[in-house]
Amino acid sequence: MAHAHNHTFAHEGGHDGHHDLEELRKFGFWIFLITDCILFATLFATYLVLHESTAGGPDAKEIFEMPGVIVETFILLTSSFTSGLAVLAMNAGSRNGLLGWLVVTILLGAAFIGMEVTEFAKLIHEGHTIQTSAFLSGFFTLVGTHGLHVSLGICWITAIIIQLTRHGITPVTRRKVHITSLYWHFLDAVWIFVFTFVYLMGVM
Amino acid sequence: MIDQLTDFVSWFFVTGDPLIYGADVAIALTMAAIVFVLTYFRKWGWLWREWLTTVDHKRVGIMYIIAALLMLFRGGVDALMMRTQLAFPDMKFLSPEHYNEVFTTHGVIMILFMAMPLMFGLFNIAVPLQLGARDVAFPFLNSLSFWLFFFGAMLFNTSFVIGGSANAGWLSYPPLSELTGSPGVGEDFYIWGVQISGIGSLMTGINFIVTIVKMRAPGMTWSRVPIFTWSVLSSCIAIIVAFPVLTVTLALLFLDRFLGAHFFTMDGGGNAMMYVNLIWMWGHPEVYIVVLPAFGIFSEVVAAFSRKRLFGYGSMVFAMMSISLMAYFTWLHHFFTMGSGANVNLFFAISTMIIAIPTGVKIFNWLFTMFRGRISFKTPMLWTIAFIPCFVVGGMTGVMLSVAPADFQFHNSYFLIAHFHQVLIGGVAFGYFAGLYYWWPKMFGFKLNETIGKWAFWIWNIGFYVCFMPQYIVGLDGMTRRINSYGWDTGWWALNFTSTIGGFLMGIGFLFQVWQIAHSIKFMEKDTTGDPWGARTLEWSIPSPAPLYNFATTPLVTDRDDWWEEKERIAAGKMPKAKPELEPIHMPKNSPIPFIQSVCWFTVGFGLVFHWLWMAIPGFIGIALTMLAHSFNYDTDYYIPVDEIKRTEARAGRVV
Repeated sequence: MAHAHNHTFAHEGGHDGHHDLEELRKFGFWIFLITDCILFATLFATYLVLHESTAGGPDAKEIFEMPGVIVETFILLTSSFTSGLAVLAMNAGSRNGLLGWLVVTILLGAAFIGMEVTEFAKLIHEGHTIQTSAFLSGFFTLVGTHGLHVSLGICWITAIIIQLTRHGITPVTRRKVHITSLYWHFLDAVWIFVFTFVYLMGVM
Repeated sequence: MIDQLTDFVSWFFVTGDPLIYGADVAIALTMAAIVFVLTYFRKWGWLWREWLTTVDHKRVGIMYIIAALLMLFRGGVDALMMRTQLAFPDMKFLSPEHYNEVFTTHGVIMILFMAMPLMFGLFNIAVPLQLGARDVAFPFLNSLSFWLFFFGAMLFNTSFVIGGSANAGWLSYPPLSELTGSPGVGEDFYIWGVQISGIGSLMTGINFIVTIVKMRAPGMTWSRVPIFTWSVLSSCIAIIVAFPVLTVTLALLFLDRFLGAHFFTMDGGGNAMMYVNLIWMWGHPEVYIVVLPAFGIFSEVVAAFSRKRLFGYGSMVFAMMSISLMAYFTWLHHFFTMGSGANVNLFFAISTMIIAIPTGVKIFNWLFTMFRGRISFKTPMLWTIAFIPCFVVGGMTGVMLSVAPADFQFHNSYFLIAHFHQVLIGGVAFGYFAGLYYWWPKMFGFKLNETIGKWAFWIWNIGFYVCFMPQYIVGLDGMTRRINSYGWDTGWWALNFTSTIGGFLMGIGFLFQVWQIAHSIKFMEKDTTGDPWGARTLEWSIPSPAPLYNFATTPLVTDRDDWWEEKERIAAGKMPKAKPELEPIHMPKNSPIPFIQSVCWFTVGFGLVFHWLWMAIPGFIGIALTMLAHSFNYDTDYYIPVDEIKRTEARAGRVV
């Protein structure tokens, strides 16, 4: 482990690079999140430019079904809460608590994705596809990109659950849990914007 | 059966043009030669262990530079083909279709596959050394960035002989780039080549921000950070803000072409001008992304070769940071004719003029640094001096273009072509040449031949003015960009012919640079000092080429231009700074994953270009598996023992 080999000189400087590797990676991830924010901001901008360009197809009012979306939103918000509980369990040193809350988090995430896929499938079944209009191109792309991020997060947390069962709570796995938790909260925040700008503004 | 096969082959490979057949033969011969040499000298293992899997930032930098110089050759050949076609009226050298492909690939290659990698190469060579660091923050990610760039560039270049090249211009505006305008695969090659390398660029931006913010040597406060490193920081901030926009823009264009979406189409409610806005929200900052590091290089070089501290360090930093911010408020000046209204055009015209102010400040700083300095006219300094008048003229024609009403006249004319080549060649290419000559000894341990370098310099410079000054005039005379032929009655012949001569002179200048490198490799004089220019910053305090671990002991920084101040102290008879005891050095292990994962990306890109999901899906699975393999690998580092550090330093003539 890097920590064991540390020497005073590097500690005093605090810039030697390797001993605070975990901190470095967390900082790098924050910067990645900035880039992901800009990616979503661009998609939101395109959606807002195109959301009235229905080209004779249906508009938002006709196709969005709010009850399902509200349930989805509660599920995702809850999963963000449980991912917070996972970090608290980790800080308390409870590996089983950590694993348990992570499993709950990905189950909620999977439920969210399941509902989203159902919504997409229903729309496509009714003939409202990405090819119908610029509005639907923007809708499927923005919401789909968020869904892709959540799916990726599910795979990622699963990989970390496996690593936690192998290695337990170490500085490395601790950092990994922190980073995925950060990622999960970020996706939650993005969803609040999706909910507001796509669904709420769409049906109002 | 045979008929089907021939049909496939004639569709799959580009056929029907003798120039392409010639290129096919050249490519096949080169590949065969490379395979033969590597096999004959048994170098495959060496190539894999020492280069393809390396995570050493210096080697990654060298690979970036080699790839960039090869791309400079290809982009340059494209340029000369265009100039040949335009040398005389009614020329029949390139067909109109082929001409479209050539100007498209010239632009894409020069900006994305030449300027960007050359810049990243210099980042990799210089930044960790200037910071007194052992490495970049994320060495694995750094290697992945390089290979993504490399395979993205290879994918784009493949279109030259397979499937056909993009032909909608370097920014691929719809509707030309939509399926209706470009039904072939060229645009898909463009989308995936640029997308894959763009993801690499984004990761490099993140990597270097973290490196600069977190890995400075002890004592290196922000006011002691070398100016090139500051310029890299400003460039990387622009990268992380601009490149996600490019990622989205290309993805949306791909969805239009692949799934029949309607983001930019003429039907279905799409909006082609949205593409133009999006691509320039990336494209304009991109111009500053490539030029800011060049400003940093000029600042380092001008101080080192004037033997003076850089004049106006603080204003220089402020100017670069404000340029990287202001770059986002200028994008619309690329299409004042969109019809966005007088007020919007006014805003972007004024913001474009304002951005000239910090640049002007910097020009004065460089001049004042030279003032009363003891200037030595080595090649890096020559390129720096030549840059100043070139950039002043290019900047002023830029201000002319920023006047919105006048731009309605200049728009898309050769005046514009002359302007941006003047700032991009005079600013970026000259800057990177200066940087390449300046840091060459640090990379390879020997200097490049000065005499041949001076020949290259003069031929390039004379060629540059002969090539681009006539283009300003012919542009004002009404010649528009992207036309492939003109008549005798236009009166443009003499100016175009002169311009072509200048283009070929620059090509000869490039050949002199190739000769310079080849000659220097054979007759090099080894640099034993580690500081052949008598320079100022930390990278010159260690041996040339830099050892694997860079610094035997982490430097303690007490001044700006710390190495210069240390030399002054020693010259004044004071004791050199005390160095701490040697300790084992923590280093990252090499990894094959970046290379393998990038091959998977190439597979995905190639598969999607041809709509072959049987190829793209395994590629995606490969990407996922390599990511998991990296995540599950906990054995990523090792320690260099003290004995080995002592031996390495002794071989470089250092006592520790």
